[in-house]
Amino acid sequence: MSLGGEWYLALAAALFTIGAVGLLIRRNVLVMFMCVELMLNAVNLTFVTFSRMLDDIGGQSLVFFVLVVAAAEVVVGLGIIVSIFRRRAAATADDLHILKG
Amino acid sequence: MVLAMAPSLPGLLAAATSKVDLLVFVASAVIVLAGAIGVIVARNPVHSALMLVMTLFGIAVLFVAQEAHFLAAVQVIVYAGAIVVLFLFVIMLLGVDRQEAVDQDPLQGQRPTAIALGIIAFAQLIILGGTANWATGNLSTAGQAGGVGSNVEKLARSIFTRYLLPFEITSALLVIAVIGAVVLARKAPAEEGPV
Repeated sequence: MSLGGEWYLALAAALFTIGAVGLLIRRNVLVMFMCVELMLNAVNLTFVTFSRMLDDIGGQSLVFFVLVVAAAEVVVGLGIIVSIFRRRAAATADDLHILKG
Repeated sequence: MVLAMAPSLPGLLAAATSKVDLLVFVASAVIVLAGAIGVIVARNPVHSALMLVMTLFGIAVLFVAQEAHFLAAVQVIVYAGAIVVLFLFVIMLLGVDRQEAVDQDPLQGQRPTAIALGIIAFAQLIILGGTANWATGNLSTAGQAGGVGSNVEKLARSIFTRYLLPFEITSALLVIAVIGAVVLARKAPAEEGPV
């Protein structure tokens, strides 16, 4: 393994930024959720890269926990989205302004 | 004379390995970034989900390239196998696979502002990464990642000894998530008014 970790970190930064921009510019709730997954994956890549750079298995253990939490988050998030869509056929985040003051 | 001029075999092997590493990294990086951009520009949510699969596979390849074999397998099984299928099921059940009206901008100038903010954030991350001491500290405080032995064995030893309590707590988290999903997906009682 000879390729420096900086390349992986730069790629993870780019992936995180793309996810954040997607979260800001998209209106579809499902696509916004996918962008959150992109950001989570960027962080996972950072953890694995630092795990290799510091020769430390703790980073990989943390990625394992991030995966579990991401799975739980997707289950609950999609449940919320389904229950919202059941009550109102709104496709975008702009239509969900019930809490607007 | 010729033998003295020729590079040694380990050196040649190292050079070849580094070329292969670079090739794998560049190919996976292109796949990851193309998939990520595809997720945010595709108008159809189904296409976004398929692009997400592409990105996740690229990340799994990068995990393999960094000797995280178990996580690469879990990445493919959990993310590409379960989470994206869940996304596709929800898209199918809700029938929201209609095209998004991306031409109209409800909030004036939101899109250019978001892209500019993204570029600034990326530049800041790169500058901080290039100047700050982000990789200091002791090596292998939670156990070695490299060296002899398989990656699965080391990860299992770490999770089941040092991180045993967090691991047990994740089981509670998963149960809570399952119960929450069931409660959310249950048909609402008829006496409840529309929200």
